[in-house]
Amino acid sequence: MKIKDLKELLDAEVFCCEENLGRQIDSACGCDLMSDVLAYVKDQGALLTGLVNPQVVRTAVMMDLICIVFVRSKEPTEDIVELARENGIVVMNTSKRLYEACGILYSNGLTGKVKNS
Amino acid sequence: MSEPLVFHFDIDGEDFISAGQASIQIKKNLRRIGLDPEIIRRVSIAMYEGEINMVIHAKGGEADVKLYEDRIEIILADKGPGIKNIDEAMQEGFSTASDTIRSLGFGAGMGLPNMKRYSDSMQIDTEIGVGTTVTMVINLA
Ligand SMILES: Nc1ncnc2c1ncn2[C@@H]1O[C@H](COP(=O)(O)OP(=O)(O)OP(=O)(O)O)[C@@H](O)[C@H]1O
Ligand SMILES: [Mg+2]
Repeated sequence: MKIKDLKELLDAEVFCCEENLGRQIDSACGCDLMSDVLAYVKDQGALLTGLVNPQVVRTAVMMDLICIVFVRSKEPTEDIVELARENGIVVMNTSKRLYEACGILYSNGLTGKVKNS
Repeated sequence: MSEPLVFHFDIDGEDFISAGQASIQIKKNLRRIGLDPEIIRRVSIAMYEGEINMVIHAKGGEADVKLYEDRIEIILADKGPGIKNIDEAMQEGFSTASDTIRSLGFGAGMGLPNMKRYSDSMQIDTEIGVGTTVTMVINLA
């Protein structure tokens, strides 16, 4: 699906990089533990998380993830948004909880298959 | 052999929030040079894990990334407490990280195994009370 489909499914608000909403994502992960995110490799994916700090963005950069969704209406701070903007990563938030948000995306075809390298 | 291209960084150990800046910079530099994206991803993940370790376990240190024709070497040197038992530290799930670090999304004990997985070779030189140097090599195809 495209990032803009994800945005609509989650009824999310976008904070930066609107110009990238047309980019394709093939997988996603839902996780509050950046250590675990770093232990997997995904292509073109999105990260859904309840953790809000700049390391979430740096982790996304390292993993080549292109979209971050903060759940439960958590507001990213300006430094988080700025860091994401510099790196072309779409940041949004949704009022849904992590489990629910992941479930909606999964049942709409974003299955989160891991491509191991 | 021509001289390697060297990138050097001082890693500030006081500030977890800014940890990882060197790895971001390396990723940008390697992209500019035009290396294979898969190599860049491996280098940047391995370095980021190591950089975070230096900040959360060793109060910072120095990072050097050397780009040779056939390989990339990442050398992370700190003057922290050292690692008591390397075999133990290398196990997935072993961590001495504080609850504060855990609440920030790290400290699952996945970093060192991950660094080993993403590099072609990894060496840890450590001495209690003196410091730790982690050297990782990633071969260029
Ligand atoms: N540079 C270092 N100096 C001193 N101790 C270290 C250093 N790097 C790692 N360690 C020790 O090795 C343990 C395992 O490291 P590892 O990176 O695998 O896990 P972690 O950093 O605790 O958690 P994670 O990497 O998942 O966030 C650490 O908890 C710490 O005790
Ligand atoms: Mg670690």
